Amino acid sequence: MKSIIKYFADIFGGVRTLLVGMKITGKYFFSPGQIVTQQYPENRKKLVMFDRFKGELIMPHNENNEHKCTGCGICETNCPNGTIEVIPTRIETEDGKKKRILDTYVYRLGMCTFCALCVKTCPSEALAFGQDFEQAVFDRTQLTKILNKPGSTIMKGVE
Amino acid sequence: MTETTENYQLDQEEYIINMGPQHPSTHGVLRFEVSLKGEMVRNIRPHCGYIHRGIEKMCEKNTYQQIIHLTDRLDYLSAHSNNELVCLTVEEALEIEVPERVKYIRTIMAELNRIASHQLWWCSMGMDMGGLTCFFYGLRDREPILDIFEETCGGRLLLSYNCPGGVMYDLHPNFQKRVKDYIKYFRKKLPEYDALLSGNIIFLERTKGLGVLTLEDAISFGVTGPTGRASGFSCDIRKTQPYSAYSKVDFKEILYTEGDTFHRYKARIDEMWESMNIIEQLIDNIPEGDYAVKMKPIIKLPAGEYYKSVETARGELGLYLISDGNKSPYRFKLRSPNFINLGALASMVKDTKIADLVAISASLDLVIPDIDR
Amino acid sequence: MTFKFLYDFSILTQAIDKAITGSMSPFWAMITEMTIIGVLILAFYAVVGLYLVYAERKVCAFMQNRVGPNRVGPWGFFQTIADLIKLLMKELIPIKAADKLLFNIAPFIVIIAGFMAIAAVPFAKGLHAVDFNIGVFYVMAVSSIGVIGILLAGWSSNNKYSLIGAMRSGAQIVSYELSVGMSLITIVILAGSMQLSTIVEGQHDLWFIFKGHVPAIIAFIVFLIAGTAETNRGPFDLAEAESELTAGFHVEYSGIKFAFFFLAEYMNMFIVASIAATVFLGGWMPFHIPGLEGFNHVMDYIPPFLWYFVKTAFVIFLMMWFKWTFPRLRIDQLLTLEWKYLLPINLFNILLMALMVLMGWYF
Repeated sequence: MKSIIKYFADIFGGVRTLLVGMKITGKYFFSPGQIVTQQYPENRKKLVMFDRFKGELIMPHNENNEHKCTGCGICETNCPNGTIEVIPTRIETEDGKKKRILDTYVYRLGMCTFCALCVKTCPSEALAFGQDFEQAVFDRTQLTKILNKPGSTIMKGVE
Repeated sequence: MTETTENYQLDQEEYIINMGPQHPSTHGVLRFEVSLKGEMVRNIRPHCGYIHRGIEKMCEKNTYQQIIHLTDRLDYLSAHSNNELVCLTVEEALEIEVPERVKYIRTIMAELNRIASHQLWWCSMGMDMGGLTCFFYGLRDREPILDIFEETCGGRLLLSYNCPGGVMYDLHPNFQKRVKDYIKYFRKKLPEYDALLSGNIIFLERTKGLGVLTLEDAISFGVTGPTGRASGFSCDIRKTQPYSAYSKVDFKEILYTEGDTFHRYKARIDEMWESMNIIEQLIDNIPEGDYAVKMKPIIKLPAGEYYKSVETARGELGLYLISDGNKSPYRFKLRSPNFINLGALASMVKDTKIADLVAISASLDLVIPDIDR
Repeated sequence: MTFKFLYDFSILTQAIDKAITGSMSPFWAMITEMTIIGVLILAFYAVVGLYLVYAERKVCAFMQNRVGPNRVGPWGFFQTIADLIKLLMKELIPIKAADKLLFNIAPFIVIIAGFMAIAAVPFAKGLHAVDFNIGVFYVMAVSSIGVIGILLAGWSSNNKYSLIGAMRSGAQIVSYELSVGMSLITIVILAGSMQLSTIVEGQHDLWFIFKGHVPAIIAFIVFLIAGTAETNRGPFDLAEAESELTAGFHVEYSGIKFAFFFLAEYMNMFIVASIAATVFLGGWMPFHIPGLEGFNHVMDYIPPFLWYFVKTAFVIFLMMWFKWTFPRLRIDQLLTLEWKYLLPINLFNILLMALMVLMGWYF
C-alpha cells in the first residue's frame, strides 16, 4: 500500500514541479512588456554609450585643430601589442632651439586589446577613448588609423 | 588519464566518438574522446590544447602593468579575479599596502564578476540539459552586471580594471546606486531559476546521484571551487587565506557532502546568494580615499619566488612567479582551476550515459581558454 | 436532433465531384480529383509547416523575453519564407560513405508519412480527403511510418551520432505509439466509432473531454505527453538532442533535404495537435452546452474551420510551451515514464472508461 501511495505521490509531485516551471514561462509569454531585446540599428540615434566605454583610441583636437600630443612616445613603449607608432620630427623654434614634435600618430585598431595603458600613462593627456564601436571594415588596412588630423599643431602651453 | 589512445584496449562492443573540438556542449574547443558501449560511457579521454595561445610565455616578455590585460583572456568569465591575482602578487612582493578603498572595490567587483560568471554557467547548464529558455533568462539577468562593469571599468567582459597598486579609475558616481538596484532585482529573479530548473522533476532525476566525486577523489585530484566544495572539500581561498576585504565580511562557505551533479549545481546557486550578501555588506561602507597608490612607471620585483592564489568563480587560481629582478617576470606559471577540474571528469563519468556526460561536464563549469592558456 | 450545420462543405465538394465525373471518364475523373487533392494538401502542408516554424519562433521568443523574427516583412512575417528560399539554394553536400539510395529516400518517407496522415483529418463538415471508417486507426498507423524515415536517415548517414539518434528515436516511438493508441481507444469506446467524422459529430452536444470527464481528461493528458514524444519534440527530442548528439539523425543532411526533416517535424506536431483537437476537443464542432439553445445557435455562426484551427492552435501552443520550459529527458527515463507510468495509467483508464460507458455515467 505504501508503495502505491508513493507511486501516486511521485506522479503528482512531479507534475506540480513541471507546472511551476510552466508558470514562469507562461507569465513571460503573456507579459510582452518584459522584452529586453534592443533593436540595434533602429535605436542607433538614442544609443548612448557610457563615458568610459572603450570604443577606439582617439586624439581629441580643439576647434583650432590643435592636439596635446608632444610626441614623447611613452604610449608606444607602454603598449603591450605594438599597436601605436609615434613618428616624431624635429623643427626649429623661433628662438633657434631644436624641438621634437609629432609628425604622425599611427594607431592600429586591429591589434589593440583596449588595456588603456596608453591613455593612463600619457603625461599630457593627449589621448582618450572614443565612443564609436562600429568599427567593421572590408579591408584590414583600413584599421590602421592616423590619429592626428592633417595640419594639426600642438596646443599652446603643452610641453 | 594515464591511458592514451594507443595503449587503451577497446572492448569488442565498444566504439569511439569524438565529442569536439566543435561540439555544442563542450563550450569551446575541447575534445573528448569517448569510448561508448551502446549509450554507456566506458572511458573518456579529454584532449586539450586547441586554444593554446602561450599566455604564460607572453607574460614573461611583458612588464607587470602589461601582464594585466593578458590575464583577462585566461578565464574570461572571471576576468577581474585574474587581474586581481597579478596585482596582489606584485603588491605583496613589493610590500605595498593598498588603500582600504581599493580593497573594497576589488572585493565588490570580484563578487559581481562571480555572480555574472555563475549566471552564464547556469545558462549553459540549462542549455546542455535541453532547456533552452534558461539560456535567455540567465543572459537577461547578466546584462545589468555587464552594464555596471562598463560604466566603471570601460569593458564589459575583459575588464582590465586592476593595476598594480590599485585600480585604473575611481568608481563611477552611479556605481553604488546601480549595484544596490541590481541586488534588489536579482534577489527577485533568482527564485525563478529554482522554479525553472532546480525544482524541475526532470532536472532532479537527471542530476541527483550522478557523477559522484568523493571527498578523497576531490582532494587527490585537487579539485577546487564550487565543484570541490560540493564534495565536502573546504577549499575556499576567500576563507582560508583571505585577501582584499574578505576578512571584513561575514559569509558562509557553501559546503555539501554529496558530491553529485545536483549538489555542484546547488553550490553555485547558493554562491550567488552568498555573493549578494557580501556585496550588500560592503557596498554602503566603501571608505573614502585614493583609488590607487602611485607606482613607479617601471615595476621591478625583488628577485625571488612568489605564490599567491585567489578564488575565481571556478576555483583556486594560483600564480607562481619567479622574478630575477628585471622589469618582467622570469617565470610565470598559473595553476588554473579548470585544467585540474577537467582531470577529475574521467573518474566521474564512468558507466554513465552520453546525456550524463554532457550534464556532468556542464556542472564542472569549464572555460576552455583557461585550460589551454 | 434540432442541431443544424450552417456550414456544410459536403455540398461544395459533392458539386465539384459531380462536375468532374460528369465531364470525363471515371478513370480520368479519379486521376483529376487525386491531383487536385494532392496539390491542395501539398500547398497546405508547405504553408502550415512554414507558419508553424514562424509561430514557434515567436512563441519561444516571447517566453524568453525576446522579440523573435522581426526583420523580413512586418513582425518578421515572411522570415520563414526567406529561410525556405535560403535552404532551397543551399548546396546539397554528398556524403561519400553514406548509403546513397536510403540516404536520399529517408526525407521523403518522413514527409510522406505526414502527408498521408493529414488526408484523413476533417477540417470541417465534408472537408476531408478520405473518410475511412477506421480513421483513428489509419492515422495512427500512417503517422508511425515516419520513424522508418528517421531510422533510415540515421543509419544510412554512416555517422555514429546520427546512428545513436536514430536508435533512440526507434525505441522512443515504439514505446509511445502504445500510449497514443491506448489514449485514443479510450475515446473510441466513448464515441463508439473509429470514423473521424462520426467522432466529431458525436460531440455535437458536448465535447468528449467534457462528456467523458475524468477518464477523458486523463486520456487527453496522456495523449499530449505521448504525442509530444511521438513528434520527437522537446522535452522528448532525444533523437535530435542538440547538446548531446549535435543534431542526431539529420546531422549529415544539408539544404532542402534537411528542410524536409525540419518541415516534417512541424507537420507531425500539427497532425498530433489536430488529432487531439478532433478526438478530444470536438474538431470543427462549435462549443455547445446542452440546454442553452440560444448560446449554441450563436456558436454555430462561427465557421467550423475556425473552430478547428483555434483548437489545433491551442494544442500546438501547449506543446510549444512544454518544449520551451522543460529540460530534456534521458533515454532510460523516457522509457521509464512510458512503461512505468503512462502505460499502467492508460490501461486502468480504459477500464474506467469502459465501466463509465456501460453504466452511462457520462454527460
